[in-house]
Amino acid sequence: MAATVAPPQRRQRAPEISKGKTGSLGWLAVPALVFFIAFAIIPLAGVLVLSFTNWDGIGAITPAGIANWLSVFVDPGMYHALWLTFVVMIVSWLIQTPLSLLLGVFTAGSQKYRAILAVLYFLPLLLSSAAIAIAYKALLDPNFGLAAGLSMPILAQDWLGDPSLALGVVIFVIAWQFVPFHTLIYQGGVRQIPRSIYEAAEIDGAGRVKQFFFITVPQLKYTIITSSTLMTVGALTYFDLIFVLTAGGPGNATRILPLDMYLTGFRANLMGPASVIAVILVAIGLFLALFLQRLGGKDRTGSQLEGM
Amino acid sequence: MATTLTPAATERKETLPPSGIKLGSKLRRLNLPGGTAGWLWLAVTIVPIYYIVITSLKTQAGYFGQNPLAPPSSPTLENYKMVLEADFTRYFFNSVIITVGAVIPTLAVAFMASFAIVRGNGKFLKGVNALFLMGLAIPLQATIIPIYLMIIKMNLYDSLLAIILPSIAFAIPLSVLIMCNFIRDVPNELFESMRLDGCSEWQTMWRLALPLTKPAIVTVGIYNGLGVWNGFLLPLILTQSPELRVLPLGLWTFQGEFSVNIPAVLASVVLSTLPVVVLYIVGRRQLLSGLTAGFSK
Repeated sequence: MAATVAPPQRRQRAPEISKGKTGSLGWLAVPALVFFIAFAIIPLAGVLVLSFTNWDGIGAITPAGIANWLSVFVDPGMYHALWLTFVVMIVSWLIQTPLSLLLGVFTAGSQKYRAILAVLYFLPLLLSSAAIAIAYKALLDPNFGLAAGLSMPILAQDWLGDPSLALGVVIFVIAWQFVPFHTLIYQGGVRQIPRSIYEAAEIDGAGRVKQFFFITVPQLKYTIITSSTLMTVGALTYFDLIFVLTAGGPGNATRILPLDMYLTGFRANLMGPASVIAVILVAIGLFLALFLQRLGGKDRTGSQLEGM
Repeated sequence: MATTLTPAATERKETLPPSGIKLGSKLRRLNLPGGTAGWLWLAVTIVPIYYIVITSLKTQAGYFGQNPLAPPSSPTLENYKMVLEADFTRYFFNSVIITVGAVIPTLAVAFMASFAIVRGNGKFLKGVNALFLMGLAIPLQATIIPIYLMIIKMNLYDSLLAIILPSIAFAIPLSVLIMCNFIRDVPNELFESMRLDGCSEWQTMWRLALPLTKPAIVTVGIYNGLGVWNGFLLPLILTQSPELRVLPLGLWTFQGEFSVNIPAVLASVVLSTLPVVVLYIVGRRQLLSGLTAGFSK
C-alpha cells in the first residue's frame, strides 16, 4: 500500500531531473529504432503493398490491383484456414489458461519440491518446435510409441492421419510446449500478491476456494491479460510445429492461417495472395492485442504500480 | 533486483514453516486441485522427454523389439556417432553464429533504447516506446514475404546474416519491455547522485544502469538466444544451401533422410537440445527471476 504514495513522487521528480535531456538521450534509441523499422515496420508496410501485386518469388513484381484480395476472399480454403486458426486459438486458450493458472498458483508455494517441479516443467520450452514435432511423430506411432509402451490400445490411433484427431493432437502439443511458459508467468504474478490480503481474508473467514476466486484471480488480472495476449497472438505464429508435425494435413485438417500463407507463398509461388493472408494475420494480431489491452484498462503500467 | 520484486515470496518463506501447522495444513488443502494438476502435468512433461532420451540410446532392433517405454536393454551411442558424422557439427556452428550474432547486438541496442526511454522524455522517445509496444503484436510470419524480398535485394539471400538481421529486429520489442521494467526500478536517488558527481548520462548508463540491469540483460539474452537457436522459419525461407543449415532445419532434413531410423532421428533431437539444457542449468535462476519480473508486471 505504501507504494501508492511512491509513484506520484517519482512522477513529480522525473521531469525536473531529465529536463533538457531529450536531445541527448533520444539518439540512444536510434540504433534499435533503425533495426526495428528496417526489418519489422518496412516489411509490415511492404506486405500491404505486395498484397496488390503479382509475384512468383523470383521474377518481376507486377501490379495486380485488388485481384489478389478478391481471389483470397472468394477462396473457401482461406475461410477454412481462418476457422481452424480461431479453433486452435480459442481451444488452446481454454485449455492452457486454467491449467497454467492452477499450476502457477501451485508452484508459487514455497516447498522445495515445487521449485523442482517448476524446473522440470520448463524443459519443453528448451526444445525447438521442429524437435518437438519430430519427437511427437515418434511418440504417436501406434506400434512403437507411447500407446504400445503403456499397453493402452485406446491410444493406438492413427493420430496424425485422421483429420478429426490431427487438430486435437496439434492443440495438445502446443499446450505441451507452452503451458510451462504461462505457468511461469502466473507463478511470478502470484508471488507478487501481497500476503496481507490473504491474511485479512483468512481472519474474515474466507475459505481457500473463495480466496482463490476473490483474491488470487482478480489480483492476477494483468497477468492473465499478458498471458492471454501472448497466447492468442502466439496462435497466429504457430508455424514450425505444425509444418513439421502434419504439414497442414491430413488434407487441410491442420492448415491454419500462418501455414496457409507459407504454402500459398513459398510452395504455390503466389506471393500476392500470400501477402493478403499476411495482412489478415497482422490485422487479427493487432486487433487482439488492442482488445486485450482495453480489457485491462488504459494506463496499464500506471495502474499496476498503484495496485502493488 | 529480482528479490526486491517478490517480497511476498520471501516473506512467505520466513513465516510458513515455523509459524505453524495451522497455515501450513490449510495451504495443503487448498492445493489439492493444484497438486493433482501439478503431478499429472509432470508426467505429461516428463514421459515424452524420457521416451526421446531412451529411444535415442536404442539399436534399431531394440526399437522394434522392446516395450517403447522400457530402458534400452543394450544401450548404444551408435546413433549419436552417426548423427555427429552427418554434418551435425556444421549445423551446430551455424546455430552458434546466428545466435551470438543476433543476441549481442540485440542486447546492446535494446539496452541503450531502454535507458533512453526510462531516463529521457519528450515526444520522440514516447513514440519510440509506443512503436516497440505495438511491435509486440506483429507476428514475424506475417512480414516474412517482404523480408524475403528485401534480403534478395540486399544480396544477402542464402547467408547467415540474412537470418541474423530480422532476428535482431523482432527481438527488440520484448527486450526493451523487460529492460525498461528493470531500469524503472532503479531508485531515482541513485541517478541523482550520479548526476551530482558530475557524470554524464552516457557514463551513468554504463556505470550505474548497466550493472543494475544485468539480471534483465542476462534474462533477455537467454530468452532471445533460445528463440534464435530454435528458430525455423527464417532459416527455412532465407537460406537454401546445405552448408548454411542451422540445427532445427538440419533436424527436419535429417528426419526426412533417416525417417526409418527413429532412434537416430531422436538422437539428433537430443543433441540439438543438449547445449540449451546445459545453458539453462547454468542460467536458470537468472532466467526465471528475470522472466517473472518482465512479464508479470
